[in-house]
Amino acid sequence: MVGILLVSHSLKIAQGTLELIGQMTKGKVRIDIAAGTADNRLGTDAQMIKQKIEKTHSGDGVLVLVDLGSAVISTELAIENLDEPLKSTTLIADAPFVEGAVVAALEASFGKNLEEVKKLTEDVKKYSKLG
Amino acid sequence: MVNSQELIQILTKINEKIAENKDYLTQLDSAIGDADHGINMSKGFKAVVDRISQMKDKDCGSILKTAGMTLVSTVGGASGPLYGTAFMRAGQVVGSKTELNFDDFISLLEAALEGIKLRGKAQRGEKTIIDSLEPAIEAIKKHKEEGEAAALKRVVEAAKEGVEYTKKIVARKGRASYLGERSLGHQDPGATSCYLMLKTVVDWITENKGL
Repeated sequence: MVGILLVSHSLKIAQGTLELIGQMTKGKVRIDIAAGTADNRLGTDAQMIKQKIEKTHSGDGVLVLVDLGSAVISTELAIENLDEPLKSTTLIADAPFVEGAVVAALEASFGKNLEEVKKLTEDVKKYSKLG
Repeated sequence: MVNSQELIQILTKINEKIAENKDYLTQLDSAIGDADHGINMSKGFKAVVDRISQMKDKDCGSILKTAGMTLVSTVGGASGPLYGTAFMRAGQVVGSKTELNFDDFISLLEAALEGIKLRGKAQRGEKTIIDSLEPAIEAIKKHKEEGEAAALKRVVEAAKEGVEYTKKIVARKGRASYLGERSLGHQDPGATSCYLMLKTVVDWITENKGL
């Protein structure tokens, strides 16, 4: 199963998003968070992200959802520092954080492969909230 | 020019300089960003000094790479992976050398700049670290023939001018980019911390190497 990693500056944002997802997937998905700094400030930590990717990866790849600026930069650095085959099977989704995370988790739980989960997650950008 | 032990001394001075300017950098960041640059940078450099203080028997490359790795995992903001990449690239360029000369200094600055540009997908004129670092490197290369002391003086001047220039441009990267035109008139915190680092390095070399 594709793993999902939520990278946010805020531990609360990541935990809250995880809670939302849990309502729908009921534990049937490999998902984890890498959020805030090791000393509990707002921020991201490339080393922490790298370790969480390694933990979440089961061989089918990991899709990473990111919030703002440094989440992207830290995740890119974390991926660069991974060993193969993890390096080429960890991708960042260019998608809104909360909606993207929900879709990614659902699609992963349905057994879609990494490319499919990424595509469907990024399609979230096309949704209109107001119909 | 600078051996491993002296490189550790310079990095220690950078930590002191950043700590002295912690509130100033955070204040600049509170105007256009997320008000944490001073706090983040001082956390990061304090951790760097803790980590490298016992490395005087190691080569300069290992010291710089350790500094970079430490910044990556302790800073928290975008400056962590950006400065972290800069120091790691600088470390790669100097490799196993245990003494750095003037040309090594130029090479490591160029490698650092390239690292920041790639990592941040940024270029000059976007209100970032690059706006003080790139002109500083151009200055040192341009004035190299005038002697080390003169060229180093130009580094500080060019970096300072770069910092001033950031007041006149709109932020295109980082948290400040969400402000658009409203970022005009404000000085970039990243360009400022980079200037402070360059000034610390130049001041140390000037004082300790009789330039």
